[in-house]
Amino acid sequence: MSTVIFRAIAPYLTALMVLFSVFVLLRGHNNPGGGFIGGLIAASAFAIYGIAYGVPPVRRALRFHPMQIAGTGLLFTVLAGIPSLFASVPFLTGMWAYPTVFGMEIAVSTPLVFDIGVYLVVLGTISSIALSLEEKER
Amino acid sequence: MAGTAEAVDLAAAMITAPVAAADALVIAPTLITVLFGAVLLLFRKRAVLQFPIGIFALALLVVACAGILARVLTAGPIAMAMGSWLPPFGINFTADVLGASFAFFASLVALTVGVFATRDIDGLGRRYGFFPFLLLMMTGICNAFLTGDIFNLYVWFEVMLIASFGLMVLGNGKAQLDGAVRYALLNLLAAGFFLIATGYLYGALGTLNMADIALRLREPTGDLPMKTIAMLYILGFGMKAAAFPLAFWLPASYHTPSPAAGAIFAGLLTKVGAYALMRTMIMLMPAEHQVYADMLSWLAIGTILLGSFGAMAESDLRRMLGYIVISGIGIIFAGIALGSQGGLSGAILYAIHSMLVMTALYFAAGIAAHLGGSQELRHLGGLYGASPLLAGLMLALVFSAAALPPFSGFWAKVVVVQAALADQRWLLAGVVLSASAFTALAAGRAFAHAFWRGGPLGTPDGAEKAVPGELSPFDQRVLYGPIIALAGLTLVIGLYPAPFLRLAEAGAAGLLDPTPYFNAVFGGAP
Repeated sequence: MSTVIFRAIAPYLTALMVLFSVFVLLRGHNNPGGGFIGGLIAASAFAIYGIAYGVPPVRRALRFHPMQIAGTGLLFTVLAGIPSLFASVPFLTGMWAYPTVFGMEIAVSTPLVFDIGVYLVVLGTISSIALSLEEKER
Repeated sequence: MAGTAEAVDLAAAMITAPVAAADALVIAPTLITVLFGAVLLLFRKRAVLQFPIGIFALALLVVACAGILARVLTAGPIAMAMGSWLPPFGINFTADVLGASFAFFASLVALTVGVFATRDIDGLGRRYGFFPFLLLMMTGICNAFLTGDIFNLYVWFEVMLIASFGLMVLGNGKAQLDGAVRYALLNLLAAGFFLIATGYLYGALGTLNMADIALRLREPTGDLPMKTIAMLYILGFGMKAAAFPLAFWLPASYHTPSPAAGAIFAGLLTKVGAYALMRTMIMLMPAEHQVYADMLSWLAIGTILLGSFGAMAESDLRRMLGYIVISGIGIIFAGIALGSQGGLSGAILYAIHSMLVMTALYFAAGIAAHLGGSQELRHLGGLYGASPLLAGLMLALVFSAAALPPFSGFWAKVVVVQAALADQRWLLAGVVLSASAFTALAAGRAFAHAFWRGGPLGTPDGAEKAVPGELSPFDQRVLYGPIIALAGLTLVIGLYPAPFLRLAEAGAAGLLDPTPYFNAVFGGAP
């Protein structure tokens, strides 16, 4: 799969897909999208990069081991439930804050933290599987 | 958005009353195990850190489960609806005496496994995630005991299964992969039946909340196919619990993983299946239990006999223990088949006893295999000379597994037999009693071969042969500690059974009359 066209386009495609995956993650609360599909898009972005350039560059680009990314995601999903313990509401109850940044109201919530956790778990797990499958081919 | 929120009366859909801090305990097992599991995953390259963090998390889990049990015993069942969504729409965690006591003893067993694993699992195994897998498996097991939603129960089954696959292949040997394939295939099939049954149940009743299901099924159900659904549950859980005739995957796979992993599998996993069967058949579908009581009784008889004969025929130490696990499952099934207060108390007490004793027996077998250089009885011998302490512990545990006094198995079996006699099921009572003789025979033979005789097969009488393996004093302390703790606990239950019997009776009463359970779930509902 290492044609010139593919190798030339792969980095741009990867960057675009990672950006798009974050967009999908963030719009997920009220619209179609969310952590799971976002994570899948990001993982396929890194898979494309891996097909074009081989596995080692992808591991360098990810900086962390995929399992560590998944572990961080798992941590996020649990942390999303912690605030509810201090507010005397049932576990994982959605809690919202509306800070104003540069005159714009931004909705920050525990469901968003949970969704980021899901995103990271899916990204870590799927890219871990994809990378080890691509490694075996060589 | 804050400014544009429409006026919606949230009280109709969400819980608005504040939650007592003690009720929040019910999610503590999830928090502790997932949190520390994730942290250990982050530090997977640091094999040195895995052990202290893992043990700390498991000890914390024991404390949390003890807290839940204490709270349930004093204040009745506790329930929490995730995300504040009112039952039956939200996923509910509900701890009653049965679930809380199982979760407590399971966490205790997990702690001993964690300690045992520090010497049993090498650096490589730790780096490949023994402790994260162990903690995540405990997430599945504890929450399976604590959840009040039947689909959520399925999810925890899957969590438990996936983590156990990881534990099973850790070490990557050929035999392990072979065992893992059998284990994975059969357990996925069992989970599939569970899922299909749950799908039908949802189609029939439109609810997944256990309290809601139980309440609806206490009214006339008309022409709903409840018998089919109950049969599918029996199939799925029976397979998971390794009941006759679907038990053969257990002895074919449990002897392959490391001793620590094998011990927690034998101690806990089959009991989750037995627990789920109790929950569905007794609490959710009492009418269908009446229909299938005879069949369950035959299944129990078949399971006990299969386990007993298998154990007597087996010449591999750990495979033999696998058959003894199966025969114990048969006794639990006998209690479930009876379905009476006495039968269920006996089943619950026996399940607790089996958790403790089978785990300890797998530990002891692991050490014996290390010292003797093999787990094949023909090649073992002279272990009494190598370690009199291990021999003594093994004998005590074998007695306990065979339900001889003064150990915990005795009382559990007495209660089951009493209930069977009261129900005039003479054959069932007789077979349950005979299991003691068979187990004593099989395990006694293994003990005589591995411990009493001077050396492996072919050693002349009177001769002593040194065993090939040895343990450093530090290894001995760490490896024998968990066995001594578990054997001590079975002795304590045997000598002073009253509080444990009361616990089991309270658990059985909660299944037979779940009104406090319903009140805990729907208490906050308008």
